[in-house]
Amino acid sequence: MNIALLETGSGYWNTLIWVVTALIIGVCVLWLRNRGESRYKKDTDQTKPFLSGNPEVSKEDSHVGASHLYWGFTEALKNYYEPLVKMHTGNINDYSGWIVLVMAIIFIIIGVS
Amino acid sequence: MNSILLHAPALIIALPLLAAFITPILGRFNRKTISWLATCVLGLTLLLTIFVARQVLTHGPIVYVFGATETGLTLPFGYTMPIRIIFQIDAMGIFMGLITSLVAFLAAIYSISYMEQHTGLDKYYTLLLLLATSMFGMELTGDIFNFFVFFEIASISSVALIAFRSTISGEPAEAGLKYMVVSSISALMVLFAIGLFYGQYDALNMATIASVMQFTQLDKIALILLVTVLAMKAGSVPMHMWTPDAYSEAPAAITMILVAASQASLYALFRIVFSIYNVTLNTVTVGWILIILGVLSMFIGVTMAIIQKDIKRLMAYHSISQTGYMLLGVGVGLAVLTNPVALESFGIKAMEGGIFHIINNALYKGLLFLTAGAIFLRTDTRDLNKMGGLAHNMTYTTIFYIIGAAAIAGIPPFNGFASKLIIYESVYRFNPLLAIIAMLVSVLTLASFVKVFHSAFLGPRLEQYKSVQEVPKSMIIAMAVLSCLIVFFGLFPNLIVKYIVHPAVMALINQAHYTATILGGI
Repeated sequence: MNIALLETGSGYWNTLIWVVTALIIGVCVLWLRNRGESRYKKDTDQTKPFLSGNPEVSKEDSHVGASHLYWGFTEALKNYYEPLVKMHTGNINDYSGWIVLVMAIIFIIIGVS
Repeated sequence: MNSILLHAPALIIALPLLAAFITPILGRFNRKTISWLATCVLGLTLLLTIFVARQVLTHGPIVYVFGATETGLTLPFGYTMPIRIIFQIDAMGIFMGLITSLVAFLAAIYSISYMEQHTGLDKYYTLLLLLATSMFGMELTGDIFNFFVFFEIASISSVALIAFRSTISGEPAEAGLKYMVVSSISALMVLFAIGLFYGQYDALNMATIASVMQFTQLDKIALILLVTVLAMKAGSVPMHMWTPDAYSEAPAAITMILVAASQASLYALFRIVFSIYNVTLNTVTVGWILIILGVLSMFIGVTMAIIQKDIKRLMAYHSISQTGYMLLGVGVGLAVLTNPVALESFGIKAMEGGIFHIINNALYKGLLFLTAGAIFLRTDTRDLNKMGGLAHNMTYTTIFYIIGAAAIAGIPPFNGFASKLIIYESVYRFNPLLAIIAMLVSVLTLASFVKVFHSAFLGPRLEQYKSVQEVPKSMIIAMAVLSCLIVFFGLFPNLIVKYIVHPAVMALINQAHYTATILGGI
């Protein structure tokens, strides 16, 4: 038995081949990176970010907080999120209500099947 | 020595139970020794569980009859059904037992440093040991009333552990109260269902009930009650709302055990559906109920996780999402249980994916909650908006987080990928849409954990965290063991599937073997 070979029922997945391939690609990437860029000059204006001429904000102030991440995603799905968040009331009566509702639905489904 | 090994199934329960009662006494004399006592006892329990697992996987199911002249004497002379409390340990039961023993042992190691500054440690370790005992009981017992007793002990100890941290605003107490209410409802329903079984069949032994199951109207009601409340205790949508409250407020090591406790409820659901009812029920209907609960859990869980700002609440919603994968895989297996061609073709594989995902989830979700605990210990906040740049000072925690996050997102070569791949490919053959949803959920999972990685670990060193140090060694050891197991399971998945997962799935499917183990006829 090949212990690294995973049988999925429809095909196979060999972890070791994946690891070896990933290592080879990694080594190639590192080799390319180490060849360097001949025109690169460290600690010059060349290495600073260009923000349309505006001064660079300090690194501490430019860290993007969790609330600002995926704003576009949540904004686009606003109609989905609004009722979903409202559902999560934090009220224990509602928690119990959901249990009763699901029980009733399963009761109907199993009862008529 | 032989006598100890003969009674290993009972000792798995007895050792932590005894230690639970010794702990408060010992705590009066020496506060520091209680953490080591709990760790040693749970380590010993892990060794016993591994021994029992080896026996079960090599020689078949073990039966342990409490109070009998011989441990395997299920039917004394003249009896037609067993009346004593019996532990019936098959491959599925011991699979869950292994998860519980490993998670409880690592939680105890992690707690040595994590809980060091807290008061009331005797109570903490007593409750932790009681929780571990009750989970073992739920997983190893063959008696449904005995299951109810352990189910109650698990709920009571969990409530106290969730509310263990005292804060001025009282959130842990509130979370504990909520968990107490939902646990009481579920316990009441389980007891009612047991009453329905006992009233009809005069039996409490699960194998006996299975052998005479008629699937009457009362059995239908019992099934509805059990499926609903056990799915709720597993954290299935839309009955999942207690999960973020409880998981986020409990101490990190306890959250890791709570994940395993939820999976014990999921195991009970599978055990009841497959081992008690099996083909007497409409497998397609109940299979689809599990599938729908699974898909809802996967999708709603992950989408709610993405918008969270509290690191532990975010991870708690992911627990809900991961439970969905297990329900989906096993639900597909149940839906094709009466179709031998489909069962052989993809049903067994789907169940293997779902069951394999249980142990994988316990490992990576446990690891992620422990990293969240490490962050909380050092920053005193769970708010992702207030974090940043922690990778500079917490190198090990960062590496462990990356391993856990990659595993839960299903990135090869970690363990989450292996079980998810089996689920995708087998479920695709049942219904392609379900497999596509499962893959989409994995993408969203990755996006969510990238958010945590960026918010907590990346970026410049923040002024308030400049003096932050890496967490103590016992916490690192617990996280390192989980990380190594995640990598090992990912690199050699066939080893786990062939020797642990496949026997567990076959033990679930083969009801005749389950009943014959107790009633004879093998």
